Amino acid sequence: MNIVVCVKQVPDTATERKLRSEDNTLDRDAVDGVVNELDEYAVEEALKLKEAHGGEVTVLTMGPGKATETIRKALAMGADKAVHLFDDGLRGSDALGTSYAMAQALKQIGFDLVILGSESTDARTGVLPAMLAERLGTPQLTLANKVDVDGSSITVQRLTDYGYDKVEATLPAVVSVVEKINEPRYPSFKGIMAAKKKPVQTLAIADAGIDAAQVGLDASWSQVVDFAAAPPRAAGTIAKDEGDGGVKVADFLAAKKFI
Amino acid sequence: MSEILVLVEQVDGEVKKVTLELLTLARSLGTPAAVWAGPGITAEAKAKLAEYGADTIYVAGAEDIVGYVVAPKAELLAQLVAAKSPAAVLVAATAEGKEVAGRLAVKTDSGVITDAVGLGEGFVAEQSIFGGGVNVHSKVSRGTPIVAVRPNSTAPEASAGAGTEEEVSVTLSDSAKSARVVERVKQEKGARPELTEAAIVVSGGRGVGSAENFSVIEGLADALGAAVGASRAATDAGWYPHQFQVGQTGKTVSPQLYIAAGISGAIQHRAGMQTAKTIVAINKDPEAPIFELADYGVVGDLHQVVPQLADEVNKRK
Repeated sequence: MNIVVCVKQVPDTATERKLRSEDNTLDRDAVDGVVNELDEYAVEEALKLKEAHGGEVTVLTMGPGKATETIRKALAMGADKAVHLFDDGLRGSDALGTSYAMAQALKQIGFDLVILGSESTDARTGVLPAMLAERLGTPQLTLANKVDVDGSSITVQRLTDYGYDKVEATLPAVVSVVEKINEPRYPSFKGIMAAKKKPVQTLAIADAGIDAAQVGLDASWSQVVDFAAAPPRAAGTIAKDEGDGGVKVADFLAAKKFI
Repeated sequence: MSEILVLVEQVDGEVKKVTLELLTLARSLGTPAAVWAGPGITAEAKAKLAEYGADTIYVAGAEDIVGYVVAPKAELLAQLVAAKSPAAVLVAATAEGKEVAGRLAVKTDSGVITDAVGLGEGFVAEQSIFGGGVNVHSKVSRGTPIVAVRPNSTAPEASAGAGTEEEVSVTLSDSAKSARVVERVKQEKGARPELTEAAIVVSGGRGVGSAENFSVIEGLADALGAAVGASRAATDAGWYPHQFQVGQTGKTVSPQLYIAAGISGAIQHRAGMQTAKTIVAINKDPEAPIFELADYGVVGDLHQVVPQLADEVNKRK
């Protein structure tokens, strides 16, 4: 089975993330990049499926030069090779542009299964897996907390507000996985060493058959008009519990008409 | 005024509160038209949609619309966008709502904005990003604005619309019918409101100490008619089911009132609750960062404070 797992490098949540005042885009240079946490579950799921069914796991990422750190991490976990979609013309793409560029790359790579994390911890739109399924014309098996493949058929448990839906489809398909579907493995020392020798192919816009007019900040379907630091919340009242803490909170809730 | 499509969220034929919020919002920007996707519309549901301002109710009652994952709803909306040229399409910013919005955006070559906490003139949306640290205004510049709005972004207000029903028949493509729902499994969750939609959320964290002790959190939640949430420390420890996790990798909530008990308030947690209107914190550690956000805080042992609070709430009902 030919599995492509999509990963994204995101700013470390623990650092201070900023938008650039010139063009209202995320300043990726100013912060440490880490693998989007939810993508680690996607990598693990891809590796488990490969171990069970055979095949190959290809990592696909779109991002600046330093996103190679994220590729190496996924390769160290055990993926076989990687494709890095990297072109200045892609910078500032919104979800529509990103999904278009990634779909073009995926068509070129070829796949039986595409696996993603359910969202990124920076933009948090959660729309990319659905957009990819739409663009690729393949079944959308998203928000999965269980994935089973049997020959060319695939079944997932899709998390819903009320529990889950059992969903069936035929490969090729796009899957997104939720946190806790598995326990992502830590790269071993051997894995880290081996990752250095694994092939990483860089694709520019032209290589992937991407129309440059459909990607990048200027082509974006939506724009940030302005932004500002959130005004600090007005300092609240902090009381010490002297045996009456619950009563004090109740008084506050009553004053605010919650009770 | 031009039409604004609102995709209806419903459970067993009952319209969810977030849809009433979206209709209220749509009324301030145009003429709301509700879109009912799937079978099972009731007279009560129609009355409710009209009561909150739906001028038209498009009903696409085919079973197939809910028999496959997301894509049929996006095709339905895309056909309505082509036929009615609405000024915008609003959906609830639930996990599925955002997926519908994403596919619709691709289909109609339109921009999409997710997790809006406000929507103003010219469909300029307000979003809260980076764990609540930055407020952003954004707008769609290509196609029909598609906006996924967070529950509790606005207070629902009744104002009757005509509620004229129009049946819609949809032709679904083969690819929209490729991920088939073969079984729906409903998990028991009792009478508590849904976490992302609840007006009040009571969350417990590391300070709760054990799975058994979560009954203290549940007791307060039930006294207030609230949903129960948990920090990642609590769900990772196995004290509370993972689907109730509030935070960066869990659910994002934006309730009227958020009570954090035994939660320190790390950035990852704040990312999931910082847009709550009123925040109350109970924590033993006076230095806990959650107190920086709190409108009211008590430094003390939650095992004393929370049961006392639940008793007080029950007494004052």
